[in-house]
Amino acid sequence: MNTATASRYAAEYQTIAPVLPGQALPWLKALRAEALMAFSAHGFPSPREEEWRYTNVSGIEKKLFSPSLSLTAGDLDSEWLKSYQLEDTWSVVLVNGHFSAELSNLTDLPSTVSVMSMADALVKQPDKVEKYLGTAADQSEHSFIAFNTAWFTDGLFVHVPVKQVLNKPIQLLHIVTGSDAMATTRNIIIADEMAEAKVIETFVGIDNAYLTAAVTEVFVGSNADVTLYKMQSESDKAYHFGGSYIKQARDARFTHHNFAFGGLLARSDIHADLDHASECELNGLYLGVKRQHIDNHTRINHLKPYAISRELYKGVLDDRARGVFQGRVIVAIDAQKTDSQMNNRNLLLSDDAEVDTKPQLEIYADDVKCGHGVTVGQLDEKSIFYLQSRCVDEETARNMLTFAFANEMVDKIKIRSLHDIVLEQVLARFPQEGVNKEWL
Amino acid sequence: MLSIKNLHVSVGDKPILKGINLEIKAGEIHAIMGPNGSGKSTLSHVLSGKGGYTVTEGSATYQGKDLLEMAPEIRAREGVFLAFQYPVEIPGVSNIYLLKAALNSIRKHNGQPEVDAMDFLTLVKDKVRLLEMDEKFLYRAVNEGFSGGEKKRNEILQMAILEPKLCIMDETDSGLDIDALKIVSEGVNSLRSPERAFVMVTHYQRLLDYIKPDFVHVLAHGQIVKSGGADLALELEEKGYSWVEDNQAAA
Ligand SMILES: Nc1ncnc2c1ncn2[C@@H]1O[C@H](COP(=O)(O)OP(=O)(O)OP(=O)(O)O)[C@@H](O)[C@H]1O
Ligand SMILES: [Mg+2]
Repeated sequence: MNTATASRYAAEYQTIAPVLPGQALPWLKALRAEALMAFSAHGFPSPREEEWRYTNVSGIEKKLFSPSLSLTAGDLDSEWLKSYQLEDTWSVVLVNGHFSAELSNLTDLPSTVSVMSMADALVKQPDKVEKYLGTAADQSEHSFIAFNTAWFTDGLFVHVPVKQVLNKPIQLLHIVTGSDAMATTRNIIIADEMAEAKVIETFVGIDNAYLTAAVTEVFVGSNADVTLYKMQSESDKAYHFGGSYIKQARDARFTHHNFAFGGLLARSDIHADLDHASECELNGLYLGVKRQHIDNHTRINHLKPYAISRELYKGVLDDRARGVFQGRVIVAIDAQKTDSQMNNRNLLLSDDAEVDTKPQLEIYADDVKCGHGVTVGQLDEKSIFYLQSRCVDEETARNMLTFAFANEMVDKIKIRSLHDIVLEQVLARFPQEGVNKEWL
Repeated sequence: MLSIKNLHVSVGDKPILKGINLEIKAGEIHAIMGPNGSGKSTLSHVLSGKGGYTVTEGSATYQGKDLLEMAPEIRAREGVFLAFQYPVEIPGVSNIYLLKAALNSIRKHNGQPEVDAMDFLTLVKDKVRLLEMDEKFLYRAVNEGFSGGEKKRNEILQMAILEPKLCIMDETDSGLDIDALKIVSEGVNSLRSPERAFVMVTHYQRLLDYIKPDFVHVLAHGQIVKSGGADLALELEEKGYSWVEDNQAAA
């Protein structure tokens, strides 16, 4: 705990508070004040906390990141932007934590569907926001959530009404351009009963040290279906905290694809609460090179009977990179007939790379089917020789096998344009030698 | 084509091959038989360059070059092909991708341009038909979830497409039912040519009914204890390996 940092942020807060969205709403003002107090008392999470054992965020405390008070889109390279912005989506672009109407695309949105910036939503649909904000992400969980609640400058708000099936994905493109900047954003995605939506969160930044602290709350109504993709390709000096907190109603289906590629230190939380016969699928791929530290922290709460959860996280760590996987599955006493499977597979490409993996099953019901598996290993020598015997040189063989390991997760992406961008990101991080894209 | 002289190979401190001598000329088919653990796979592995073996004595010369000096992939590009006794599963790499990578490496090695995509597809589909395989196998991950017989067939498919000069087949017939054995043998026979040599490791005469060898060698305790023509295999089938082993002990 470093409260000195916390009080520095608290002092800063007074200057920014007046321009934060929703200041006219008493409930939000109170919520933010409470969050600020919680954060001031705590500071950023400390490795003494069980959920932060393997991830030390003291690097963040050494700097004082400052929020930008308004939109400063400035001189964004349009080619660069295009390489991340997907065509054929509705998009909300946030630059340094603020909505850019100019870069976003919300045309032809069905009139019953809401896709807008959080600041807009707080003006147009404050009651809806009040009903949901902070109800999936528990402020007492850890202080990044409190930090986010106190500081968020904008975000994405999505509401898909009953039975509405979106025929295009929604993209949240989160861009940070400033040095020592901080972008704190809050997102809410609501899919009512039997609705269907696909949302893509893309986190990118320009080669700077900055802090992203984003919290996304997802509400999947009964028998509704939501797929959330996250591609985190922050700058390699950046700090990233991103939490996705999901509440699934009865029979609700939720799928998450988490691609953790960027950042000097990156932490993702994915926590899902499952109701009766909900289905939850969590997929993850983390690639670490150089001195990157990439932490993924998942929690699946089986609260009621008959829910199904499937989780597969894969990690590839090279150089001196460090990966963390903490996956918890909790099966409540009432959650009979739970069917849950969690797997974490890691490939270490160098002697200095490291991974801490900690799958945890906490089962309080007695009639359940739960399993988990973990592997940490190197490339298989037999496979390398087999490829060599088929004319492939050793380095290419290693790259082929590494790529194949990672590509299993990329192949799960059902949106073609996103698939191609993620594939590019994977290829850019590992030697392309040996993987001929044209042949794939 | 291949000349093996007094080859001694150990794994760690344990000698496994103890002075192998073998001359293989282009166009010939050699069968190697012998009891379990006699060193047949070890010989195949050493010739194709698998790590973990130490050559303590002797030499293997392939087309005038020191084979044992070459990296495994160079041997493969120079035309040495090993059909594995236990083919390896490679999840995430499709059969067709590997075939393309392999074929293009050979072409590059020979100073030729990459294979044309259409020509490649025609070639591959031709060979798939020859081995009576389902085209779907091309798009599946290499050997992943294949049955034992399918894996062996896939090895021969690769061999048929890569057109090696020296084909080493390690127990390709084991695990094949009689129909598959016929198909695979026909595939192999279609590859026979005056420029190509075959080394077939097998336990069974059955295979040799379909692919008639010019020479049969018996490997026991790391040495070739007897060599002969195709008739030797029949004699072995009748009398068992102990016959040659005893013979050798007596001599
Ligand atoms: N890596 C190894 N470490 C230790 N011993 C080994 C190793 N590889 C092979 N051997 C030993 O060398 C001997 C020869 O093995 P090899 O696999 O070459 O026999 P083989 O003739 O192919 O037998 P099979 O007919 O059962 O396939 C055996 O005793 C085997 O246990
Ligand atoms: Mg063998």
